[in-house]
Amino acid sequence: MTGDPLFADGFDWVVLAILVAKAVIGFTIVVVGVIFMIWFERKVVADMQNRIGPNRAGRWGLGQTLADGIKLIFKEDLKPDRADKPVFRLAPYLSVVPAFLTFTIVPIGGVFTGGNDGGVELFGRRTWMQVADPPVGVLFLLAMSSIAVYGIMLAGWSSGSKYPLLGSVRATAQMVSYEAALGLSVVAVVLLSGSLSTHDIVAAQAGSIFDWNVIATAAVPFVVFCVAATAELNRPPFDLVEAEQELVGGFHTEYSSIRFGMFYLAEFMNTITMSAIIVTLFLGGPAGPVLFGPPLIWGTLWFTLKLLVFLFIFVWLRATLPRYRYDQLMDLGWKRLIPLSLGWLLVIGAISIGRDAGWNRPLTLVGAFSLGVISWAALIGAMRVAKLRRGGDEFGELSTATERVG
Amino acid sequence: MAEFLRAYLTVAVFAGAAGLLVALLSTLGWAVRPSRPSRQKSIAYESGVDPAGTDFGQSQVRYYIFALLFVLFDVEAVYIFPWALRLEGYGVFGLVEMGVFIVILALGLVYAWRKGVLRWV
Amino acid sequence: MVDTVVFLVAAVVILVGALGVIFSRNPVHSALMLVMTLFGVAVLFVAQGAHFLAAVQVIVYAGAIVVLFLFVIMLLGVDTAENLSSEPLAGQRPAAAVVAVASVGLLAVLAVRAVQVSTGAEATTLPLDSERSNIAVLAEVLFTDYLFAFEVTSVLLVIAVVGAVVMARRPRPAATDELEDDGSDGDDLGVERHTQTEAELA
Repeated sequence: MTGDPLFADGFDWVVLAILVAKAVIGFTIVVVGVIFMIWFERKVVADMQNRIGPNRAGRWGLGQTLADGIKLIFKEDLKPDRADKPVFRLAPYLSVVPAFLTFTIVPIGGVFTGGNDGGVELFGRRTWMQVADPPVGVLFLLAMSSIAVYGIMLAGWSSGSKYPLLGSVRATAQMVSYEAALGLSVVAVVLLSGSLSTHDIVAAQAGSIFDWNVIATAAVPFVVFCVAATAELNRPPFDLVEAEQELVGGFHTEYSSIRFGMFYLAEFMNTITMSAIIVTLFLGGPAGPVLFGPPLIWGTLWFTLKLLVFLFIFVWLRATLPRYRYDQLMDLGWKRLIPLSLGWLLVIGAISIGRDAGWNRPLTLVGAFSLGVISWAALIGAMRVAKLRRGGDEFGELSTATERVG
Repeated sequence: MAEFLRAYLTVAVFAGAAGLLVALLSTLGWAVRPSRPSRQKSIAYESGVDPAGTDFGQSQVRYYIFALLFVLFDVEAVYIFPWALRLEGYGVFGLVEMGVFIVILALGLVYAWRKGVLRWV
Repeated sequence: MVDTVVFLVAAVVILVGALGVIFSRNPVHSALMLVMTLFGVAVLFVAQGAHFLAAVQVIVYAGAIVVLFLFVIMLLGVDTAENLSSEPLAGQRPAAAVVAVASVGLLAVLAVRAVQVSTGAEATTLPLDSERSNIAVLAEVLFTDYLFAFEVTSVLLVIAVVGAVVMARRPRPAATDELEDDGSDGDDLGVERHTQTEAELA
C-alpha cells in the first residue's frame, strides 16, 4: 500500500499546485461531461423515438444544456408555504456534492502495463491520473452513495407536500436496498485485486482482457453491480422515484428554478460517475491495446470510449424498458441480487483459495457451484413444503404476485 | 502535515469547489430571477386541488423493515471487505468462518422472506 | 499545524451537531445534526489514520442507522414540533434530571482523572504495522483473535431483524381471492395468524 507518489517526498508549493490543478481538471471534466451528457441523452432518446430532439441551440443543439440552465436561472423560485425552508435549501447541496466527490476516485488514464505503475510526470513530480486515491477507495464510493441518499430524502421531506414525500420515501428505500447489493458485488472485485484503492484495482486488471474483473469474476458481480447502479441512480427502468404518472415529479415536485436544476445536474453527474466507476472496477479502466504513438493517450482514449459505451447503454435502457413496479423492484433487489452476490462471493472465495492451495480447479468450480445450487434448491424446497403444509399462500411470491395482478 | 490527510486534501478541495458551484448558481439565480409571490403559488402541489390533511404524513412500517435489513447487510459488507482483502492469509479457515457468518445473516433474510415482510403488495 | 486546524474544525462540527441534536425542536433536524456529528467524527478518524473506521462511520452510521432513524420518525409522523408543556410520563422529568446530573458528573470525573485511570498505554499516532495497511492488521485481529465476537455479531444482527419482522409483519390474508378485505385492521402482531397456522398443522 503506497498511495499517490505525489506526496512521497514532502509537501511543498509544487505539490499543492499539482493538487489544485488536478482538482480543477477533474471538476472541468465532470461539468463538461454533464453538459454533454444531457444533450447526448436527449438526442439519443429522440433518435430512438423517431424524433429530432434538440436542434436549435447551437450546432446539432449542442448548446441546449446551457440554454436550459440559463432559462432555469431566470425562473422564479417558489417555495411551498409548508416547506421546511433551511432543509429545503440544503437538499440540493447534499445531492450535488457527493455526485462530484465520487468522481475523485476514478483513474482517467495512465499506463499500467510493462512495469509502469500508472504514474505521469508533472513538473518533475510523479502522480496518478486520478484526483485522489484514498486508501479506502471503494468504501469511499459506498460512503458517498449513502450521503447522496440524504439529498433525495430531505428534498422530498422538506417540501411539506405529499407527492414529494412519497417519492422520497420510495427513493430512500430503493436506494438503500440496492446499495446493499452494490456493496456486496464490489467485494468480489476487492477479493481478486486484494486492495480497496481504485488505482490498485485498475493496476490489477492491466494485463490481458482476461484480467478484467468482468471476466475474472465471471460476469455475475458485474451484472449485479450494473443493475444495482441503475437502481442507485434512479434511472429507468428503476425511476420509480419520479414516476411521472403516479408521483408528478417525485421528490423534486416542489422544486423550481435553478434549485430544480441542481437535482437535474446531480442526476446526470451521477450517471457519468457511476459509468466511470463501472469501467474502473470491472472493465480495466484505461486498459486497452496501444496501437501507435504514446501509450498515455491511448489509456485515456480507451477509458473515454468505455465510458461512452456505458452512457449509451444507460440512455438505451431509458428508451427501451418500461418502469418496474415497486414490488418487483424490491423482489429483484432482496430476493435475487443480494443472495446471488453473497453466494457468488463464496464461490469466488473458494476458487481463489483453491488456486492457492493447489486444488483441482474445475473440481472446485463444480463443487462450489453445485453446493450453491443445492442450498438454493433446499431453501426453495423447504419454502414450498412449508407452503403446502399450510395450504395457503404464506409468502409464495409466485402465486400471490401473479394472481393478484392477473 | 500528516500524510493521511493529504489523500483527502484534494477531496476536500473538490467538495469545496462543488459546494461553491451550487452556492454560486443559487446566488446568481437569486440575483436575476423575478419574485412575484402570491398565496396561490406557495400552495403545495396536489394535482391542482387544495392540499388535504396535515403537511407531513406518516409513512408505512414496511419501509422500516427494509431500512433495518439494509443495516444488517451494510454491517455485513463492512465485515466482508477486510476479509476479502486478506483472504489468502486465512485460507480454508477464513472461507469457512465467512461462510458461517454469511449463512447466519442469510438466515435473517430468509426469515423475513418467509414471514412475508419482503412482499410488497 | 494543519492537523490542529483539522481537529479544531472537526471538533466544532461535532459539538455544534451534538448540541443541535438536543436543541432542535424538529426530530428530522435532530437526525440531520446527528449526521453532522457522525461526519465530524469520521474526519477525526481520518486525522488519526483510521481510514477504514472513518469509512465505516459514514457508511454504517450516517448511511444506514440514521436513515433507519428517519424512517422511524416519518413512520411515527412526529416531525412537527412537540408540545413540551405536558409531561408524557409521570416522574419522567425528575428522573431524567438525576440521570443527566449523574452522567455529567461521571464525565467530569473521567475527564479530570483521565490521565490516571485510562489504560495507561500511551496514545499512538503510528500505525501498528508500517509494512501493512491498517485494514489488513484490523482484519487479521478480527478474524483470528476475535473470531467468536465476529460470528456472534451476525447472530445479534439476525435477532434485530427477527424482532423487527415480528413487530411489523402484517396478518396473513385469508385467501388469495379475498384479498380486498381480510377482516383485520392491519396492525395486530400476527397473533391471529399463529393460531390459524397451528390449527391447520394439528
